[in-house]
Amino acid sequence: MSHHIVDFKNVSFRYPDGTEALRGINFRITHGESVGVVGANGAGKSTLLQHMNGCLMPTSGTVTIGDLTLTRKTRREIRRKVGIIFQNPDDQLFMPTVFDDVAFGPLNLGMDEESVRERVRKALSMVHSLDLRDKPPHHLSSGQKSAVAIASVMAMEPDILAMDEPAANLDPKSRRSLITLLKSFRHSKIIASHDLDLILDVCQRCIVIRDGTVVADGPSAEILTNRTLLEENNLELPLSFQRR
Amino acid sequence: MTFDTLYFDIGRLDRLSYRDTFVHHLDPRAKVIATMLFLFTVISFPKYEVVALVPFFLFPVLLMTIGEIPVWFIFKKVMLVSPFTIFIGIFNPLLDTGTVAVVSGIPVSAGFISLLSILLKFTLTISVALLLIATTSFSGVCHALRRLGFPALFVSQLLFLYRYLFVLMEEAMRIIRARDMRSFGSRGTGMKVSVRLIGILFLRTVDRAERIYYAMLSRGFQGDIPSLKKYHIASIDLAFMATTIAFLVVFRFFRVTEGIGRVVQGLFA
Repeated sequence: MSHHIVDFKNVSFRYPDGTEALRGINFRITHGESVGVVGANGAGKSTLLQHMNGCLMPTSGTVTIGDLTLTRKTRREIRRKVGIIFQNPDDQLFMPTVFDDVAFGPLNLGMDEESVRERVRKALSMVHSLDLRDKPPHHLSSGQKSAVAIASVMAMEPDILAMDEPAANLDPKSRRSLITLLKSFRHSKIIASHDLDLILDVCQRCIVIRDGTVVADGPSAEILTNRTLLEENNLELPLSFQRR
Repeated sequence: MTFDTLYFDIGRLDRLSYRDTFVHHLDPRAKVIATMLFLFTVISFPKYEVVALVPFFLFPVLLMTIGEIPVWFIFKKVMLVSPFTIFIGIFNPLLDTGTVAVVSGIPVSAGFISLLSILLKFTLTISVALLLIATTSFSGVCHALRRLGFPALFVSQLLFLYRYLFVLMEEAMRIIRARDMRSFGSRGTGMKVSVRLIGILFLRTVDRAERIYYAMLSRGFQGDIPSLKKYHIASIDLAFMATTIAFLVVFRFFRVTEGIGRVVQGLFA
């Protein structure tokens, strides 16, 4: 259990159209750490997250999850360890009912019926959405969709959780309960977001990326109070620091 | 009917399947098989057959009544798709002009009979197909097909078609609204713009498909969509299928309408 480590070494990625999205990214996240990834639009945050479980493969450099190096062969194994929650819950919820959707992962892991039901029940009650069990995803509100999307990933019991803009589309109350929820997870977490207050609340460490490189990496309390650094990256001080 | 109301109406068929009646409780596989047999039987009639088709309405009417499905709702849906069939048969009376009967002095051409037959077959098949979904839910039908041995790829395609129909329509609705807000009068709503909008919709769909595929891979997708629901064929399902088959055989091979007519004539004679 002591090696839920994410290690990016010199990771570069170029999209087929020639856009260089990542240029030599380096960082290492140790067991149980929560890390926020911030940066301007188009800085490469989402691309970075998609490297965590091999949706994208680095053009050069290596990604290591635990003791496995990401290759086409280890991809499937790595996907069990890393749960990614994508930005748009509509992309994440593809099954006809909430229950089927949350059960999709565990069933693919080849679990038997009883344990699948148990997992689904646990995951849904974790996000307080057990009542939504039999609803089709297209009849849910955005907040409910996000909650179910999280449950669908949690049901796989991943070691590491990666989230892309988890609080986008959420009303303040849902956002608050998401923050409480995230704080209660003891997983290693990587959260890409523009919501700096959320990062400040949930993550002890923060990485700033610009044009596909890491420009700052340190404790959130330091980085998110550095006005010049933030403004250079199209960001601003978290609202909680802006009160005069 | 505008695009918006059409969109909000489409979820209704789905919601009808949440009801709790005898028909809803039948095993989806039994209903799928019964529906297929029904469709094949109706289609198997020759093209001038009208009278023998009428008794088949008993099946949808029973389903509708026991399943508590509103008649108007199904009727409207049938009307919505009817232009396709009407165009298939509309020229029959002109092409097939041989007189087959004379009703109160007006000659009836064979084409009219075949048009009527096409319309009856169409109404029967479409309404029963709609009723199958309204009493089983689309996903129920898909899982039943999978259990009956249909290929996994085909079934997952169907499931996705249904799941993303709503998302696609929302996407289209947003694009159309954005266009309408910035086009004044007939400007900007012409063919040329619409063609481009469809192109954009297509590109967005491709992007989305890729994101969905990533999300599926992230959760261990290996080519088949698993399902937990265990269905058990109960004796009630077998009874339902047996009754349906008996009903179909009798109505297909015996002249039921004629028989009823004789009995009624006998009563009055």
